[in-house]
Amino acid sequence: MWPVTSTEAGTESPAPADRREPKWRFGSVEALAALLIGVVIFRGPISSGLSHAALATWTTVFIAIVTQAMPFLVFGVALSAVIAVFVPPSFFARALPSKPALAVPVASTAGVVLPGCECASVPVAGAMMRRGVTPSAALAFLLAAPAINPIVLTATAVAFPDNPEMVAARFLASLIVACAMGWLWLRAGKTEWLRPPSRPSFEGQSRAAAFWGSVRHDVVHAGGFLVLGAMAAATLKAVVPEEWLQAVAGNPVFSVLALAALAVLLSICSEADAFVAASLSQFSLTARLAFLVVGPTVDLKLIAMQAGTFGRGFAARFAPTTFAVAVLVSVLVGAVLL
Amino acid sequence: MNRQAQSVILLLVGGAILRASVTDLYLRYVKEGLRPFLIAAGVLLVAAAAATLWYELRARRDAPEADHDEHGHKHTGPWVAWLLVLPVFALLLVAPPALGSYAANRSGTALSETSDFAPLPAGDPVTVSVVDYATRAVYDDGKSLGGRRVKIIGFVLVGDDGAPYLARMILSCCAADARPVKIGLDGAVPTGLAADSWIEVTGRYTAKSTKDSVNDGVIPYLDVEQLRQVAAPTNQYEE
Repeated sequence: MWPVTSTEAGTESPAPADRREPKWRFGSVEALAALLIGVVIFRGPISSGLSHAALATWTTVFIAIVTQAMPFLVFGVALSAVIAVFVPPSFFARALPSKPALAVPVASTAGVVLPGCECASVPVAGAMMRRGVTPSAALAFLLAAPAINPIVLTATAVAFPDNPEMVAARFLASLIVACAMGWLWLRAGKTEWLRPPSRPSFEGQSRAAAFWGSVRHDVVHAGGFLVLGAMAAATLKAVVPEEWLQAVAGNPVFSVLALAALAVLLSICSEADAFVAASLSQFSLTARLAFLVVGPTVDLKLIAMQAGTFGRGFAARFAPTTFAVAVLVSVLVGAVLL
Repeated sequence: MNRQAQSVILLLVGGAILRASVTDLYLRYVKEGLRPFLIAAGVLLVAAAAATLWYELRARRDAPEADHDEHGHKHTGPWVAWLLVLPVFALLLVAPPALGSYAANRSGTALSETSDFAPLPAGDPVTVSVVDYATRAVYDDGKSLGGRRVKIIGFVLVGDDGAPYLARMILSCCAADARPVKIGLDGAVPTGLAADSWIEVTGRYTAKSTKDSVNDGVIPYLDVEQLRQVAAPTNQYEE
């Protein structure tokens, strides 16, 4: 048996002396109730306001992204709660090589076993860090898991029936990006960029209470940022005309950059992005490989979720670097394999 | 946002997902195969809401003056948690329709190249999907269609030129990756077809085709013999 440890117990300042409050005040429950009543009352005007074709399209895409991601998010959150509560730190100490430089590739390859998309890997990587996994290995896992798991690779093979080398290229390029970012973090990363986990201490709670506390905390945080990312992605889907892409498809440099940027903006789940890439047939295979390698590692909803889980300072450094590394590796792997 | 409000949010999100997945509402946004996972996620969210409320009430009962916190500070959740009410409202109160002609007009027809074509199933007319007809017409030059009469269901898309097209959105995962497949209508086509209305057309392959103005994709035509209005299918997307 092992104790349920706390990572931040005692870091909060003690309570102010005058904490006496009136019995009733307008708190968040009341605000939420008022909001719900207001929306139900004004349901008619809200619905008719959203019935314009462009707004209805926006709302449909917005709901679609949130609905599609929710099972994976909940699955990832439950798994991360299990890691946080039931898996002792000694498990990771045994499972991963003690040298961080070796732990990075091992953790990247371990991404094969998490059959989900990027929404699941953010909370799981957060839980791994809190359980003592070296950040570089947890980050390598974060980047590798959504791109190289069997479901995503199968989807890629189905989407590119005439180009089986695309599956190998995707696997290889994503693995290289994950390892490169892990090693880069090892050399250049600073712990203070990572916000200390802002989760309540589970000390002194029963296992069940700690499990549900972790689930609630992660859903409310990561879920909120998922909504933010889905709003941004729906806006781009409803606003940016596809003709713009057509204009850059012919230029080898611009086409790679354009599809890499599109992957960031569209924030499509990694299990679906291969089908979208296949439909962008006016682009070169290398440009589409960049789309498939960048998408699971950097996109709007992922950046929002990373900022929520690891802090804004982290996301502001990590996302652009990952983007640059992913584009570079895609071009190199594309040149060799495609 | 305090913990009681967080449990209400969890309940709302879980409830909205459960309601969408036990009815056919979810089919407007995601694929049919996601249903069991949506139900499981909804149940887990509702359970998390119940557990949060249970531990919260128990903590209050045990220490009514402690203001239900562990180490002396108020537990205000993140502001971003408030955003979770948006998908709930959108799903329960607005429930926008499946993507139709507006989205289809903005994207180019999305056929993926195929080389093996199984013979058409028996039947006269034989019912085929929009994707199946368009793929056989474009990449098989209509050979496997021969002179057979085909029946296709889709929605009406009015192009920039005012001409009607038959279209269907195809999904790989969710409506965010939806792409249209379009078929031009030739022959006995009534004028004034309303965009987004659902029609069933019966007709034969014709070699006529055109280019999509959005992505230069090939749009095949169908020589229409019969056309009638039909109700929208339960699942408006094709795979």
